[in-house]
Amino acid sequence: MGEQAAAAGTPAEVPVASVEAVFREERGRLLAALVRRFGDLDLAEEVTSDAIEAALAHWPAEGVPPKPGAWLMTTARRKAVDRLRRDQVYAARLAVLQVEAERAGPVSAAELGGDLPDERLQLFFTCAHPALAAEDRAALTLRCLAGLTTPEVARAFLVPPETMAKRITRAKKKIREARIPFRVPGADELPERLPGVLQVIYSIFTEGYAASSGPHLQRLDLAEEAIRLVRILRRLLPVEREVAGLLGLMLLVHARRDARTGPDGELVLIEEQDRGRWDGPMIEEGCGLVSVALTGGPPGPYGVQAAIAALHDEAATLATTDWPQIVALYEVLLAIAPSPVIALNRAAAVAMRDGPQAGLALLDELADEPLLRGYHPYPAARADLLHRLGRHTEAASVYREALNLAGTEPERALLRRRLDMIEQLGS
Amino acid sequence: MKYMLLIIAGAADENGGAAGCGVEDWMAYDMEVKEAGIWVSGESLADLVTATTVRVGQDGRRTVTDGPFAETREVLGGFYVIDVPDLDVALDWAARCPGARDGSVVVRPVADFGG
Repeated sequence: MGEQAAAAGTPAEVPVASVEAVFREERGRLLAALVRRFGDLDLAEEVTSDAIEAALAHWPAEGVPPKPGAWLMTTARRKAVDRLRRDQVYAARLAVLQVEAERAGPVSAAELGGDLPDERLQLFFTCAHPALAAEDRAALTLRCLAGLTTPEVARAFLVPPETMAKRITRAKKKIREARIPFRVPGADELPERLPGVLQVIYSIFTEGYAASSGPHLQRLDLAEEAIRLVRILRRLLPVEREVAGLLGLMLLVHARRDARTGPDGELVLIEEQDRGRWDGPMIEEGCGLVSVALTGGPPGPYGVQAAIAALHDEAATLATTDWPQIVALYEVLLAIAPSPVIALNRAAAVAMRDGPQAGLALLDELADEPLLRGYHPYPAARADLLHRLGRHTEAASVYREALNLAGTEPERALLRRRLDMIEQLGS
Repeated sequence: MKYMLLIIAGAADENGGAAGCGVEDWMAYDMEVKEAGIWVSGESLADLVTATTVRVGQDGRRTVTDGPFAETREVLGGFYVIDVPDLDVALDWAARCPGARDGSVVVRPVADFGG
């Protein structure tokens, strides 16, 4: 539990806002420890909130206790005992609970040390459990591990709060009633289960980075939540190279955030971005993680994608980008994680290496891919290459196709600008 | 915690029987389930051509029809009820079931009314 909180000793130094910030950071940790203790997510969430509310009431006036983690844990356990005394039916249903015994039992050394044992890893795996609906996994992860409230999660996914509340309730009901366990998979299961956890975090990131619909292109707060989550995961699983790869990938993409939108919120593609506005220290950290991700074993998909992002970030200009290396990395990626979207990206890289005709030939091979139907980057990439080949009439018609499919207003605006430009050339 | 494993045959033969499941595989699996001490119950169902459907209307009249037939192409071929600690363990047993390779296995917790 927070050094910040412990360091801020006297009441006057503890404004409520900073206390809340500490809780946001540590809420997941407390929740995970309580889930471990009670085996029940609902009860753990309820008493986590109760304990934090109590702390908000007491700490600003009385000062932060010397061992904030132990204080919160003790308070939460006391609240759980009260809760179960009041509701005997609930208590009976949770036959696994031994709250009374816990209260009487000795406090663990870790808690006496003022720090909660970090048991968030099991919560990551439970929230990303494949038995839960894919759309619920990200919501649950944001709520339980990033400490977002249900309305905040609802805002993040642009759904009404009631809808999100129902989804979270449904997911928790399944965890409870189907008894999805709170446990870290064994070493033999990890290769099967870890990609699911990484996928959930990456989906949060991509939703923040390129919001799939709505007036704004980027919701950076969501991307930053995802980065925060993967940093936690990296501390918990330091030897897993794909965790390093995912963090590297997200940092290397996020480093370009300021250059990615123009003054009016319009989308700026990488070829037109002001590279001086890229975040140098973040690129440096990302590149370091690429080395970690690609050293000591066969590469994983996130590590390879991070390496591609690093090549973009390290190039001074579009022209001096190492396209042969990027094409080669896309080929590695296609071999380990085949997908039409990767094939599309490879075709675009080939166009940069060998010219638009070569890229267009590869894109045309993908014309019948069902996964690319309705995916606006596909016609947008084709239109761009047709335009570069001087086939303006065809380019205009394919841009119109992309325009009909694009989800966010900035993406549509970019396509409209391109279309206008081509139509002027044609007239 | 009890879970029912519903064994859904992916491809039914002309009699609505599960196609492609080796008898030895099933016998070996059945033995494993029983030796693990998790077996509660389980049956293999006769071919779908032998099935009969009963409905009772609001007037209390009974309608009996032949079938249903395998219009859906997915036929319940049998089930196990196992008693294991949690869903992950149940999913492991479902994955080992020969029916998961020829078709699919649906894992459903048995409702607990606190009895």
